[in-house]
Amino acid sequence: MRALILGAKSAIAQAIVERLEGYDFVLAARRSNELEPFAADLRLRRSCQVDLIDFDALDFTSLEHLPQQVHKTCGEFDLVVLVFGYMGDQESGRRDTEEMAQTINANFTGAAIALAHLANYLENRDKKGGLIGISSVAGDRGRQSNYLYGAAKGGLSLFLQGLRNRLATTPVHVLTVKPGFVDTPMTQDLDGLFLVAPPAKVADDIVRAYEKKKNVLYTPFFWRWIMLLIRSIPERIFKKLKL
Amino acid sequence: MAKKTATTGWGLYPTIAAAIQRAYSPRDLIESAATPVLPQGNCRSYGDACLYERVVSTLPLKHLLDFDPERGLLRAQAGTTLEKIIRFALPRGFFLPVTPGTKFPTLGGCIAADVHGKNHHGEGSIAAFIEELDMVLADGSQIRCSRNQHPDLFWATLGGMGLTGFVYAAVLRLKKVSSAYVKQRSIKSANFAETCRIFAETQHQYTYSVAWIDSLKKGKNLGRSLVLLGKHADAEEIEARDPFALHNDGRLSAPFLPNFALNTRSMQTFNTLFYHRQLKRSVDAIIHYDKYFYPLDAIQHWNRIYGRKGFLQYQVVVPFTDGEAIMADLLARIARRGIASLLTVLKTFGAQNEGLLSFPIAGYTLALDIPLSDSSIVPFMRQLNKTIVEVNGRIYLAKDAILEQEDFAAMYPRLERFKEIKRRYDPEHRFRSCQSDRLGIT
Repeated sequence: MRALILGAKSAIAQAIVERLEGYDFVLAARRSNELEPFAADLRLRRSCQVDLIDFDALDFTSLEHLPQQVHKTCGEFDLVVLVFGYMGDQESGRRDTEEMAQTINANFTGAAIALAHLANYLENRDKKGGLIGISSVAGDRGRQSNYLYGAAKGGLSLFLQGLRNRLATTPVHVLTVKPGFVDTPMTQDLDGLFLVAPPAKVADDIVRAYEKKKNVLYTPFFWRWIMLLIRSIPERIFKKLKL
Repeated sequence: MAKKTATTGWGLYPTIAAAIQRAYSPRDLIESAATPVLPQGNCRSYGDACLYERVVSTLPLKHLLDFDPERGLLRAQAGTTLEKIIRFALPRGFFLPVTPGTKFPTLGGCIAADVHGKNHHGEGSIAAFIEELDMVLADGSQIRCSRNQHPDLFWATLGGMGLTGFVYAAVLRLKKVSSAYVKQRSIKSANFAETCRIFAETQHQYTYSVAWIDSLKKGKNLGRSLVLLGKHADAEEIEARDPFALHNDGRLSAPFLPNFALNTRSMQTFNTLFYHRQLKRSVDAIIHYDKYFYPLDAIQHWNRIYGRKGFLQYQVVVPFTDGEAIMADLLARIARRGIASLLTVLKTFGAQNEGLLSFPIAGYTLALDIPLSDSSIVPFMRQLNKTIVEVNGRIYLAKDAILEQEDFAAMYPRLERFKEIKRRYDPEHRFRSCQSDRLGIT
């Protein structure tokens, strides 16, 4: 079995790799050579095959060739874990067109295009396989503090939902993951976070949910209830809240 | 700008508000060397050696980079914990060549403190097994040093408390072992003189030796102890046990105990039970490495048992000449002061290495916990330090929080040479800690 990890520099991605047993790995990221220490560590400890490939979610046309490129250079793969994301700056994202475009394109457009082509590849194999997409609880309801990121992640959640529906009759399983706050480089300089979870805990939840063929995972589990509460607040009240 | 977090060493004293930045790559290290900073590992040193207002955590740099099974050479990033190294090495027939009493420090931290174990008398400190250091210096340059390449930097860095630059990775020479077990001989000793005699008579036959002392005993029972001797067990000695069984994660977790919970009486009871649990004078056993080397790791946060005020760890070494009498006097003064140390440990050190601020010198070394129960403790400990200076002994920087500048300078005569090398590689004192500021190193 071989897993393709998109955005392999992220702490969640590396924790998932740590937790996935019996797999070889293709680690995809920008400047993938920086993953060499991580790859060396995996090869030494687990004697698995680890390949690195350069990958940029914003280079849309390259995404079309991604499945074939991985297949040819590294071999057949049966699991795709899409972890990359871009938090961006909500403040400058109100005016800065480039910041807006990057937030939407990295979290949604690039992710959706990559998933579309990878889903085709997995479907054509007609063997057991899976797609795990890391979305976010931020995509469950638009809030003034991060609706740009939230909207893109919300779009990704919908896209994954559609894929799951389409692939339901195939051996390819689709898991949508909605983490709360996770202690990663992405969040290390943010203030006001609460209930911050360690990446290892989140990864453990993700792999277990995938093995059990769960469809949507909130991790840690209590975010399901927090988001249920947040989603159920009537809009006329919600719009006045400082969230 | 960055948010600050309250940080402490393992002794929970002192507390420093620190901006913590995590390093994921050499590039992060290079960028963060531009302003004053301290490299930080897993904060297993006790006092303020691992503290500063701005620290770069090397914990994400936790990868094993290369391994040569022929020679047992492991190249690993500085943030790799000893725990991870054991998990890798043991199934391949190797173990740490030197280990402190916990498996949770990082490799970088062990280099900074030039840590020792129970085998210093025969095998030296970890420096003896470090072949190479890959460093990032204050000017952002990357440099490899060893006994042959930039030996000045190498010997300033081993024991240099993180003050010479970032260690990005290091090559550690592992020790070949044939099992995960230690053959232990436990000998009951009635007093300090007997403990020292047992050390002298048995050490050359054992790789490891340590004495657990009942520090509350006075008079003719002063220095009553269990001397634990050990060597790695051969495959045939471990009988049906799994030869390379790894440790489990500690499941127990200690709460903060109120300050009165550990008083001399409760501690006396504990020590007496510990001592008398063994009925025969000498008992042999096959013990798993986790129990032999890391008994306290089984309880997470054991450092909380002395309460929220924290504690000092006091580790001192004095030369063998008159060492027995000096240690006995030290123990007597501590016992008289009513200091209730749960664990008091005596070991011997072999010859000193070339490390400029390395702690071990040939002699007896004593380590004990000093709960910070009242404000008179610190002046009392500083008074003890004056005695240590007089007898050419020294205090372990990895455990220190209260040493004074003049005493430090007297204890470490190679300090001037260290400062000279530091000036060469770090002229603006970018690398500094609360401890280095306190001791006048930076």
